[in-house]
Amino acid sequence: MDGSWFGFLAFLLVSVISVGGLIVAAKVLGVRARGKSLLKERTYECGEEAEGPAWIRFHPRYYLVALFFVLFDVEAAFFFPWAVAEKTLGWNGLASIALFTGVLLLGWWYAVKKDALRWQ
Amino acid sequence: MIFAASLAAAVVIVVLSATALALWYERKLAARMQTRIGPQFVGPIGLFQPVADLLKLVQKEEIVPMGADRVLFALAPPLTVIFALAAAAFVPLWPGVAVVRSDVGVLLVIGFGGLAMVPVWMAGWASFNKYALLGAMRAVAQSISYGVPLVLAAMVPVILAGTMDLDGITQFQATHHWFGLWPIIPGLPAFILFLLAMLAESNRIPFDIPEAESELVAGVTTEYTGMQFGFVYLAEYVHTVVGAAIGSVMFLGGWDGPFAPGLHWLLLKTLCLFTFIYWIRWTLVRLRADQLMTLCWKWLVPAGLGLVFLSAAWNQTGWSR
Repeated sequence: MDGSWFGFLAFLLVSVISVGGLIVAAKVLGVRARGKSLLKERTYECGEEAEGPAWIRFHPRYYLVALFFVLFDVEAAFFFPWAVAEKTLGWNGLASIALFTGVLLLGWWYAVKKDALRWQ
Repeated sequence: MIFAASLAAAVVIVVLSATALALWYERKLAARMQTRIGPQFVGPIGLFQPVADLLKLVQKEEIVPMGADRVLFALAPPLTVIFALAAAAFVPLWPGVAVVRSDVGVLLVIGFGGLAMVPVWMAGWASFNKYALLGAMRAVAQSISYGVPLVLAAMVPVILAGTMDLDGITQFQATHHWFGLWPIIPGLPAFILFLLAMLAESNRIPFDIPEAESELVAGVTTEYTGMQFGFVYLAEYVHTVVGAAIGSVMFLGGWDGPFAPGLHWLLLKTLCLFTFIYWIRWTLVRLRADQLMTLCWKWLVPAGLGLVFLSAAWNQTGWSR
């Protein structure tokens, strides 16, 4: 096991070196304008003057998506131990996980009926 | 130790060069589908086009926009590539050999796939550009949504094989059957679901709303120039290549094949899946943002749950042996 995680460290190291090499190459080979140009550094919005800060407020639907994601992903995380041991747990294990999913699906159905899953 | 290190280095280099080749391959394929010829002047049949692209990108001036968060802005693009690459470390190359053999390989691969979203968000936030931020917001929302069906689809091979070790899953397929083909009912739909979710996670057509150029200029890459832009672009291809490899490991038997099992089968299957993904890309049009979310939460998530239960039931019937 130790040997294989050493392999992962080596893997990360080689990928960091390859990416870093490209960054250095871009720093060395990249052209640089002589003076500082304010126009060039302006926020690009298709030629229009950018109005206000870019860090704007967002529709709450994104918040809802994040909530659903947490719900379903935690559920999936609970599924994995069962999934690995499924063959030995048998119908009993299947019944208990079905009960667990049933409760979750009730919540899902509620969300569907409330139109919370629609991207308006 | 030395073997592990050189294997790791070899995998990184092979994945990166395969990605460069994939850039050329995709352009040729796209050109053929549109009755064009595609790149043909740089090297034999245009093979060195990616090298020329790289050289061009490296020479460009790097511009940091006004008001940007300079540290995050510089860090994000290289990180996208590193995270996209990381999942390749867990792919079993031939029987019993991967850079990392882990008992929870499936979980790690999914984890690194999800991690790849963080630098995209960093890039969007740091750019100080409304279009980049909107693109990043959409990308994150889409990616975390489709992460759920992805996990559920990946759970089907785990249940059928009874292990989360990617090499164990492949070995089970070698001695029993490829999960994408048999059992046909949880297997084939799960494979399709996996492909769909993977396409959406790597923001490819028909799921490339985060960079819908008619609405968002270029999404998170709007303010990036030169190699920084190149990194984000590269990461997308790396993600697709590695995703195709993982798909073939989990559903098409990985290194297993007639005559001699080994790396060549894995590469061949990855190439086929990759071709299929780009075939889709150049055939279908992009979905609308609301259609995309509805498809995921109302159809794919319950379908994924159903497939998980079907595969568990299949295990219990006794036909599985």
